[in-house]
Amino acid sequence: MPEELHGLGVSPGTASGPVARLGLPPRPPAGERPGPDPAVQAGRVANALERVAASLEERAGRAGGEASAVLEATAMMARDPGLLAAVRARLDAGSPTAAGLDAAVEEFCATLESCGGHLAERVADLHDVRDRALAILLGEPMPGVPRPGHPFVLVARDLAPADTATLDPGEVLAVVTEAGGPTGHTAVLARGLGIPAVVRCPGAAGLVDGRPVLVDGTGGSVVVDPDGQALVRAADRARARALALDPAGGPGATLDGTPVALLVNIATVDDARRAAAVDCEGVGLFRTEGLYLGRRTAPGVEEQADAYREVFATFAGRRIVVRTLDAGADKPLAFVDHGHEENPALGVRGLRVARHRPDLLEGQLRALGLAAAATGADVRVMAPMVSTPAEAAHFAALARRHGLPAVGAMIEVPAAALRAERVLAEVDFASIGTNDLGQYTFAADRTQGDLADLLDPWQPALLDLVAAVGEAGSATGTPVGVCGDAAGDPLLACVLVGLGARSLSTAPGLVGAVRTVLGAHTLPRCEEMARSARAAPDAAGARAAAAALAEDRVTSLL
Amino acid sequence: MPERHVRVASGSGLHARPAALLVRAAGRAPVPVTIARTGGDPVDARSILAVLGLGACHGDEVVLAADGDGAQAVIDELAALLSRDLDVDPAGS
Repeated sequence: MPEELHGLGVSPGTASGPVARLGLPPRPPAGERPGPDPAVQAGRVANALERVAASLEERAGRAGGEASAVLEATAMMARDPGLLAAVRARLDAGSPTAAGLDAAVEEFCATLESCGGHLAERVADLHDVRDRALAILLGEPMPGVPRPGHPFVLVARDLAPADTATLDPGEVLAVVTEAGGPTGHTAVLARGLGIPAVVRCPGAAGLVDGRPVLVDGTGGSVVVDPDGQALVRAADRARARALALDPAGGPGATLDGTPVALLVNIATVDDARRAAAVDCEGVGLFRTEGLYLGRRTAPGVEEQADAYREVFATFAGRRIVVRTLDAGADKPLAFVDHGHEENPALGVRGLRVARHRPDLLEGQLRALGLAAAATGADVRVMAPMVSTPAEAAHFAALARRHGLPAVGAMIEVPAAALRAERVLAEVDFASIGTNDLGQYTFAADRTQGDLADLLDPWQPALLDLVAAVGEAGSATGTPVGVCGDAAGDPLLACVLVGLGARSLSTAPGLVGAVRTVLGAHTLPRCEEMARSARAAPDAAGARAAAAALAEDRVTSLL
Repeated sequence: MPERHVRVASGSGLHARPAALLVRAAGRAPVPVTIARTGGDPVDARSILAVLGLGACHGDEVVLAADGDGAQAVIDELAALLSRDLDVDPAGS
């Protein structure tokens, strides 16, 4: 019987292939002897650190935004004269070269760790600098995503954003990590690329390069050394799934013809270019924070308008829903003083920033108005974190003044869902952000992996709030959509449509599956699934109830 | 040797961005500058790792010191920097 490892399936589908582990950081060789001349050795270390700094700066230039600021700060560590002096002192005392660098870095890490808090996080950056410099000194491959020259299953303890930035979706068959959670970076990335993924799989620690595995990103299992039978079964299933999930395309609709716009979520100009090739009806969530994060000053109206024009032009003729700046203490902007907040998620974020800095929102709306007028896209704007009808009305008036005809409110605060009819009366459309709505409904921090059960989008209480918004949409004649992870789960998508959603915005890789599954169910069936799910006692029960009403031929593929 | 005592005004303390700004400014100075917690050992103000390692928080007092030509001007400049809240846009630009 082949060994089977278990984790959390976070991106559906099955794939099999040989393991390739994320490059292990190099270590100073055992029995390393001191180099011939400390001054020469110090020069080698300085040279290696300088190359690391230069490559970090180069990546910073490409990354933009928040990632760019972190990479620049890390480059500064690589150039630190104090670090070099500490290495030199160890070399002068007779230490071997690589071991000297390693020990000097560890000394600084110990100091930073003892400070705790934010500084402890810098330790990972400093270790990254050390690993890269050691790889150069020792002539070993750079740590990071492997390039074995054939498709592989990527296995890692966890993936950092820096690792995934260089990931080639054509080569990576599936992703398995020991750590991570359902809303973590790896899960989001894998879903976006349509790659099966299993996270929180502690058994993956024992997987070595070249070991054949069969990954089931739906059930969360990893079969080691799968036998022929298992591989054939998986291949059959994958073929059937690909066939079924390679739909006729075109606009989304239920089996009986109720239109449901299928849209994608994007955050950058690059995202827009990639997503433009996806068979979808437009963008349901354009996150605009990328333009602001890591900036010392607010970008000018013209600069913003240029970026928006580029994105809008890519989607000419299609819908594009722009969410205005959603910054807050968890995504702080250098030019907005948030002060210290005990509970950033409950603090001055989203539309609330406009209370102190109305100029930021005004500038953004002006730029959006200019860009919309210049391109043929159907541009709509919506505000994040709307809590009251008055906030919705204020935002709508402001946006319309800048020539933006379609104005919406995000529904992610329970107060707005409970009074949805009054909020929706003020706007042209509403979009439910299920991730934040779940966080606020359950008073469960989205970043707390331990609370994942409360953040399950199948929670009946969350579905109740979605239903309230759907009903308000029918009562006021205001279209309601969902943008959030929930919209990308094909079965849950049917439930959301049953609750009244008429647009679903997901990661680009999930559009096909949602279209196929939705197209196999009538609206009355979706409504029945929604009723059964809401009647269930818990999230697992809700999912099971919906699944029991779904078409077998489709759900067996998920 | 000229030195100046100054309280860290940045809300986040002498971490992240404020620390990076101090280290950059010290790196441009014509003379070496040290920084210490009051009563602690001075460290090289051009070393981001050493400055972070001070663990200085909002309101903590630190001592800047330098020697040589222009030392006083450098210290005054860096002291002015530390007495601003560097988490907010510097100089309001």
